[in-house]
Amino acid sequence: MAHSVDKIPPYVVAPPAELEREPLVLHQRTPAWISDKIAGIVEGKTPRWWWIALGISVVGMLMMFSMVAYLISTGIGVWGLNQPTAWAWDITNFVFWIGIGHAGTLISAILCLLRQRWRTSINRAAEAMTLFAVVCAGIFPVVHTGRVWYALMPGFLIPFPNSNAIWPQFRSPLLWDVFAVSTYGTVSLLFWYTGLIPDLATMRDRAVSKVKKFFYGLFALGWTGSNRHWSNYEKAYLILAGLSTPLVLSVHSVVSFDFAVSQVPGWHTTIFPPYFVAGAIFSGFGMVLTLLVPLRSICGLQDVITTRHIELMCKVILATGSIVGYAYGMEFFIAWYGGNPYELYAFQNRAFGPYWWAYWSMITCNVISPHLFWFKWCRTRMWFVFLVSIVVNIGMWFERFVIIVTSLHRDYLPSSWDYFNPTYVDVLTFVGSFGLFSTLFLLFMRFLPMIAISEVKAVTPQADPHHPMGGAKLGGAH
Amino acid sequence: MNESGRPYALLAEFDTPASALQVAEQVRDAGYRRWDVHTPYPIHGLDGAMGLGNSKVGWFTFLGGTSGFSLGMLMIWWMGKVDYALPVGGKPLFSPIFAFPVAYELTILLGAFGTLIGMFLLNRLPRHYHPLLKHPRFRNVTHDKIYVVIECADPKYSDTATRKLLESAGGRNIEVVED
Repeated sequence: MAHSVDKIPPYVVAPPAELEREPLVLHQRTPAWISDKIAGIVEGKTPRWWWIALGISVVGMLMMFSMVAYLISTGIGVWGLNQPTAWAWDITNFVFWIGIGHAGTLISAILCLLRQRWRTSINRAAEAMTLFAVVCAGIFPVVHTGRVWYALMPGFLIPFPNSNAIWPQFRSPLLWDVFAVSTYGTVSLLFWYTGLIPDLATMRDRAVSKVKKFFYGLFALGWTGSNRHWSNYEKAYLILAGLSTPLVLSVHSVVSFDFAVSQVPGWHTTIFPPYFVAGAIFSGFGMVLTLLVPLRSICGLQDVITTRHIELMCKVILATGSIVGYAYGMEFFIAWYGGNPYELYAFQNRAFGPYWWAYWSMITCNVISPHLFWFKWCRTRMWFVFLVSIVVNIGMWFERFVIIVTSLHRDYLPSSWDYFNPTYVDVLTFVGSFGLFSTLFLLFMRFLPMIAISEVKAVTPQADPHHPMGGAKLGGAH
Repeated sequence: MNESGRPYALLAEFDTPASALQVAEQVRDAGYRRWDVHTPYPIHGLDGAMGLGNSKVGWFTFLGGTSGFSLGMLMIWWMGKVDYALPVGGKPLFSPIFAFPVAYELTILLGAFGTLIGMFLLNRLPRHYHPLLKHPRFRNVTHDKIYVVIECADPKYSDTATRKLLESAGGRNIEVVED
């Protein structure tokens, strides 16, 4: 109903004090402060720690690439794989990295649909982390084929006309995985870039040098902040969130099909899809905290990524960690209750067989450590949160190792039982993948705003036309 | 052809979202058509105050999503059953069950592309040249200022009446932007 607004400005009643929540941006920071602060990180002088960190990361990355070159030029035998353990660190690392990637999309998509406004402070960095984790993840399934040219050749993984006239095998979950992971990578990139457009325009409008103005301007696509544009933009963002939500749930479900659709005891279980998705979110939030807890103090972002944000992430870890713990228990229960002796043996072997150390490391890290976050003391001590976030990721790596290696190393034929030991190539490839990941992340935080400037502005009271700080007048009913 | 110097629009600066909401309602009620409010962040309620309808991006998503799903199903059916039938263990050459994960992912993939392409088409982006982007004050739009822009090409535009409307609504630094 249109009313004559020049006479009746939007009046508001101040909300009762007990309904007020802790603000998302502390110290009543203004929109101008937010863009100065966040863009200032990119515009300021490159700090020395950044160069040191980049140097270490690049060394790690190069180490990984040389190990991959050695693998491709020599053969898969440079890894510790054997029969029956034909999948080991390669697929463990793949699932580990792709799992980490799930937090970004969860934060940007599911929390967007659930109207969790605190996500705005962390979604940009988490989405970047997702993209870089997918890059790391993508390397392992390709190189584990040994003859990578087969994996990349048209017709094997990608349906493309080829001289052999063959098509991919669509009945295989491994091929579903190709589609799931590549769709996930692409849609995450689109989502991330869409979110970046208004901030690239901010960077363009603040840029002093011509080169920066050109490049930020090029990628800002001529954004002018027009409300006619915002209207379509916000709708597109909401729809992308709606599309990414079933996507993020499907990707790790499809990854779990790689195992669950097979007949191997320990893999052939229906609990895998939800269990994998919960584990992925658990590890992803672990990695988000590992990155953001130090960054918020180094870059002085405590007013934007507040203790409340950290606490909320700890609670997500607690919730998903509990689901993971429940899944471990349920797996064991069903192995016993199902009455299949092979299944039961596979699980007894996990806990008490030759890989008992991996199983109990996993239980300690994933089942016990998240429950520390029931206590506020644990959630509000940054050094403590940082330590637990690392423990969570160690635990999640062990989870994938336990699922893959302990299920495979004792198959139906006891004469082929074997013990898997990694070689130095296995170890250095995995360690090096962290170098690749942090190289990409360091470049991201140096050249792009690592917090969504326009989104954080939009959740401040100054941006709310019905809030006194947004210019609304206090008084009677609207 | 040198067109610089031709007036493009009248620009007025506002500080708070509440004032933007008020002026938008006034400009809308005055019957202007070619005008816009430029803001550093989306303002809740501004679409209604400007009289904008629901965005049509969703139709592009629908188009992308349905073509993704049907293309996925058709591709798997044609490749596995028609072009190169490869029987494995007596399993069907085509079934929507095993084709579902791939078709599902393609639904999302093409749906996302449809959404983004639809958003760009509706917004006429990318557009790297824009008269407003040349204006020195306008760069604050991505910082913390709100600008109301009424184009001179609007049939209701008049140098005096439009300026008066923006002035009375509390607009500051009212200036003509040149093309």
